[in-house]
Amino acid sequence: MSGTLDRRAVVAALLRDPGDLLVVTGLGSTTYDAGAAGDRAENFYLWGAMGAAAMMGLGLALARPERRVLVLTGDGEMLMGLGALASIGALRPANLAIAVMDNGRYGETGSQRSHTDLGTDLAAVAAACGWAATAVIGDMAGVEALRPRLRREALFAVVRISAAEVPRALPPRDGALLQHRFRASLGIAET
Amino acid sequence: MHAPAWQDQVFEALRRARVRQVGYVPDAGHSRLIERAHAEPEMQAVVLTTEEEGVALAAGAWLGGQRAVLLMQSSGVGNCINMLSLPVNCRMPFLTLVTMRGEWGEFNPWQVPMGGAAEAALRLAGVHVHRAETPAEVADMVAAAAVLAFDSRVPVAVLLAQRLIGAKVFVE
Repeated sequence: MSGTLDRRAVVAALLRDPGDLLVVTGLGSTTYDAGAAGDRAENFYLWGAMGAAAMMGLGLALARPERRVLVLTGDGEMLMGLGALASIGALRPANLAIAVMDNGRYGETGSQRSHTDLGTDLAAVAAACGWAATAVIGDMAGVEALRPRLRREALFAVVRISAAEVPRALPPRDGALLQHRFRASLGIAET
Repeated sequence: MHAPAWQDQVFEALRRARVRQVGYVPDAGHSRLIERAHAEPEMQAVVLTTEEEGVALAAGAWLGGQRAVLLMQSSGVGNCINMLSLPVNCRMPFLTLVTMRGEWGEFNPWQVPMGGAAEAALRLAGVHVHRAETPAEVADMVAAAAVLAFDSRVPVAVLLAQRLIGAKVFVE
């Protein structure tokens, strides 16, 4: 369901002072939002493979239990991989959080209404799948309070953003480049 | 049911290849592997709701410096097709073991279409395919597939023929 918040302001606030936070973004606008907030090696942008973001976050969180992982995605991308909420809910890794930028629209394809605008409550779905902590945020004070929680808790959060279009901001889209620099930032030796 | 020796050998091959995450959609042909993965302290077994989740899981594991495998049935291959663009495009390794249905002595006609298309579909999506027909060749093939996947960084599937696994018996 859409809200009033500016998506760029929300993502910039959530990713402010990222430290060593590992970030996976979903196909579409959250990839652009994260790029606009400041490109960094610890961001992995999905430009395809719609529905992959949450499960990539799980694989990463399991591989790196000492690090925090944030999946930043949109309502449409989350809906395509809805089963991931059950798969993650079955394991409940402590170091993984998901934040869904929910505008109730498929923004890339002509702003068609998504299921979250037609009745699906993603936070309720996550809770029903075993996520212990969920949140729905509708104002910037809530976004500010959400930022530290996403870096501390196994939290599933929905942020109600405006469906208004924002200018494109295109981070790197070469998948090989993105994976190599991400792994290099973790000090993984390429033998 | 007593598991054939090759299933334990496949597990050992995966362990020696330093596979740490085992994503799976349950299948009778993989049941021994799934059981061993859950019991192995150095592995994390991850039950999936659908097979393409395992492709994304493996990509995330690789980003974090771990190796993963996806265990599935041939029917699951069809679910993975678009998600395979992830390892192909990002030049990441991907390893999957696929138990075949719809071929040797198949009783259920619903398994035949995807079983018959699985190998060609994988190749079309950019996956290298090995196919094991006999118990003696399986473990070596899985070990070689792991080297190909993780060292040459390409997607690799090992198909485990239905003749190897044994046709599912519904009617005695």
